[in-house]
Amino acid sequence: MSTATKSSQSAADPDILLEGKGLERSFVTGEVAVRALRGVDISLKRGELVVLLGHSGSGKSTLLNILGGLDRATDGTLQFEGQDLTHASDAELTRYRRRSVGFVFQFYNLVAGLTARENVSLVTEIANHPMKPDEALELVGLGERVKHFPAQLSGGEQQRVAVARAIAKRPQILFCDEPTGALDSQTGIRVLEALDRVNRELSTTMLIITHNVGIGDIADRVLRMQDGAIIEETRPNRRLKPTEISW
Amino acid sequence: MKGLSPLDTKLLRDIWHMRGQAIAVGIIVACGVAIMVMALGTLSTLRASRDAYYERYRFADVFASVRRAPENAALRLREIDGVQTVETRIVRLVILRIEGVEEPANAQIVSLPDEGESILNRLVLFHGRYPEARSPDEIIISNAFAEANDLNTGDAIEAVMNGRLRSLTVVGIGDSPEFIYALGPGTLLPDDRLFGIFWMRRRALEAAFDLDGAFNSVSLTVAPGTDTQTVIDQADDVLAPYGGTGAFDRSDQLSNAFVDSEMNQLKTMAQIIPTVFLVVSAILIHSILNRLIQTERQQIGLIKAFGYSRREITWHYLKFAIAITTGGVLAGCALGFVLQNLITHLYAETFRIPDLTWRVDAFALVAGSVAALGSAIVGAMSAALGAAKLSPAEAMQPAPPVNYHQGWLRYILQMRWLDEPTRLILRHIFRFPARTGANLFGIAAAVTLLIGTLFSFDAIDDMMDQMFFRTNAHDAAVTFFEAPNDTAVAELSRLPGVMSAEGVRDVPARLVSGYRSERVSISGLPEDAQLRRILSADGRYVDIPSTGIVLSSQLAGMLDVTTGETVTAHILDATRPVADLPVTAIIDESVGTPAFMDLEAMNALLDQPPTVSGAYLKLDPHNQKAFENSVIERPGIAGVSLRAAATASFEETLQETIYIMMGIYAVIGGAIAAGVVYNAARISLTERGRELASLRVLGFTNNEVGYILLGELAIIALIGIPLGCIGGIGLAHLIATAMATELYRIPVTVNPSTLGIAALIVLLSSTIAALFVVRRVRSLDLIAVLKTRE
Repeated sequence: MSTATKSSQSAADPDILLEGKGLERSFVTGEVAVRALRGVDISLKRGELVVLLGHSGSGKSTLLNILGGLDRATDGTLQFEGQDLTHASDAELTRYRRRSVGFVFQFYNLVAGLTARENVSLVTEIANHPMKPDEALELVGLGERVKHFPAQLSGGEQQRVAVARAIAKRPQILFCDEPTGALDSQTGIRVLEALDRVNRELSTTMLIITHNVGIGDIADRVLRMQDGAIIEETRPNRRLKPTEISW
Repeated sequence: MKGLSPLDTKLLRDIWHMRGQAIAVGIIVACGVAIMVMALGTLSTLRASRDAYYERYRFADVFASVRRAPENAALRLREIDGVQTVETRIVRLVILRIEGVEEPANAQIVSLPDEGESILNRLVLFHGRYPEARSPDEIIISNAFAEANDLNTGDAIEAVMNGRLRSLTVVGIGDSPEFIYALGPGTLLPDDRLFGIFWMRRRALEAAFDLDGAFNSVSLTVAPGTDTQTVIDQADDVLAPYGGTGAFDRSDQLSNAFVDSEMNQLKTMAQIIPTVFLVVSAILIHSILNRLIQTERQQIGLIKAFGYSRREITWHYLKFAIAITTGGVLAGCALGFVLQNLITHLYAETFRIPDLTWRVDAFALVAGSVAALGSAIVGAMSAALGAAKLSPAEAMQPAPPVNYHQGWLRYILQMRWLDEPTRLILRHIFRFPARTGANLFGIAAAVTLLIGTLFSFDAIDDMMDQMFFRTNAHDAAVTFFEAPNDTAVAELSRLPGVMSAEGVRDVPARLVSGYRSERVSISGLPEDAQLRRILSADGRYVDIPSTGIVLSSQLAGMLDVTTGETVTAHILDATRPVADLPVTAIIDESVGTPAFMDLEAMNALLDQPPTVSGAYLKLDPHNQKAFENSVIERPGIAGVSLRAAATASFEETLQETIYIMMGIYAVIGGAIAAGVVYNAARISLTERGRELASLRVLGFTNNEVGYILLGELAIIALIGIPLGCIGGIGLAHLIATAMATELYRIPVTVNPSTLGIAALIVLLSSTIAALFVVRRVRSLDLIAVLKTRE
């Protein structure tokens, strides 16, 4: 990793798309309460690619769930484009995910009964200004495989379909949860290339969760979590291309 | 859980985990078992009570009516080989006047010996005593008539006996095995208010009807092993000179024939309806178990790796099926008892059998349980064997992903207007044809069963319409004691309130075609009969041809003859003429097995001056009361029935049972649909929960995800319902054929509203079941989806 510099973000910055302050999340399992998040402050700027690093149990997935509108913080505030999401209802969170958010999962989560193109259309049909499914697939380098079912595609190809599906509705923000976690390095790099391209060409804000430290080199900013808190923030001097990183 | 093997512990946990589906299957099994227990139990109760009643009160084996026979004719009957007991008596219809009852009522008076009790068809005396020999106005009345008219011992009833108004005193209330189902003239259902049975001392009746030293009815018992038909033939020979109208055995005895017909219906119900339930439950068990085995694939591999044998694994999964079925069997037996109790009470209203009470029938329980468990095992077997066959190494690997193909379906799915969720639904339907077929069958079976049961109400409506309106345009039917000169009809037409009158002559006959022979009543109708019409099978009115004989389709079938062929008619009248009659038309009649002839042709055949045995009347609706008052006092009239009273009574009797039965049918039909939909949706949710949760994460709303989950079932329901309608009409035909007796034939009439009601019940119950599953969509774990591999 390159040289790191600490910095802090201003809340009033109009460039900020999503901002969480003092985010807390506790889980009660049996008689034990676990604090998964301990007052996390985080902000994501428009067009920024942020990588969130951390070991298992560090709280990074919990944070992503809250930022992505899949879960609610037990304390703290969350604002998307200045709008409060802290106390949003289920329907409001669904609308947030539907209009503004894209997800890429570790295990692709494609619909087995739909072809690559249909998997993408599934999302574009409910979006306001989506790109054409074929265009999205072209963007991730799968223009030739649009009629294949998930079972007929390799893991990397399936993940790229998932990326195409996530970006096709032109979300303002894309959350990727261990997008290369189930892939070998070569395939993983192809997926990262697709994500990098989307970020550069569409200016989609992106938060990538990974425990693969090398991936931090493709980011504008790298956050490191431990025990439910962000303990370090670094800015690489230069964003590397996915092909240049060490896996 | 001490003492349970680990596998059995797992089994119990599996069932607990799948309790919703287990309950759904259990309910369907319970419905099937309940109907079987109810029908077989009621059948055996009815049969046992009736047989005991017949034996204890000595129900006769052979019955015969004559116009008037001297007592010594009975001696010759006793001489017939095989005849054990002979009892002669007088039986007559009389018209009644009961305080508080406006319509003319009728009673059949049966004589008792002058001393003591009858030898055959003995009375059960519930209250009071036998009439004194010296008190000619004392009577015993039937229990149902007493109850319906609130009559007690000591009350008086006025009866017109041979034209004379007599006041009779009730001294006892009783019943006899001869009148378990007591039908008045011109009715199909017992009307206890307007028709009763009276018993009176013989001497009093002899005097009233000028039958001193004579009888007009005789009952016989025959020794076991005797050929009843031979006895009947010989009895006919003895009685022919006295106006014998043909002896008959128990199968033609009206009350007994109705009980037989009801038992036949119960038997049909016990065979057909539970079969549908048990087939559906077997299919559901198969699909649930298949799904469970797919989910537990890796566990099965592990268990096999530990050294469990194929047989142990097969047995483990069969036990799953047996366990959920056993729950249904127990519930079904309990529900069956409740239904049996309910039906027995309904029967006790209609069938006057003492001690007709609910009792446990071991055979019904065993038959219901064996059928349910047997079908469950058949349903589970292939899935269980499939589990046992898995190789441990293979099973411990995750199942390969479902491989979809474009196939021919592509042409449909490429249609631009299809949205992706719908495309997904369609692809799923075609990807799993066996499952789609099973669900389709389940929905169709529910509709089929509903139509197959609910159509009976349409059929009854149709029968009523035919009997009371289309064929019978008369307002009143009058029966004469003896065939009088046809001037009697002209006299009737002059009575106040009568607008027109037409005579009818009914003669008993035996129709023979080849080796087939049927005892029937032939009705002679005037050439231009308007008040009693006959209809062809396609609903057109048929004029009685001036020659030959017209047969109901039921009778034509029994004799195996068609139009243009000839039947030999042995008229069972005093002159006993025999004639070959061409069948000139075959007509549609739901009730009985009637035959018709032109009245003049009949009189010519009998070689007698024009006579009639009854008349149909058209009444002035504003002057009906005047008719009722005047007809009662005319001599020679045995009975009067008013159509309005008959239809009202028919409807009233039906109303009582119709809602109960409709309710039961709706619940059981709905249970099938609900069970099928609930199971299909649960299986789909289990299989696709992860996929659906992913869609929720991607921003799909609960409703949109619900659409993907249930759209498939909605399409299956939309196809299954019309298929079920076709199946239902088929089942209606099957049931109508199976239940047809000589007494009546159920017309296969299925009104569009019945199809609509069946579809609505299925849609409604399916929707409720689906909503139960949709609730679970809301609790899909969106977070787990991100982390787990399928």
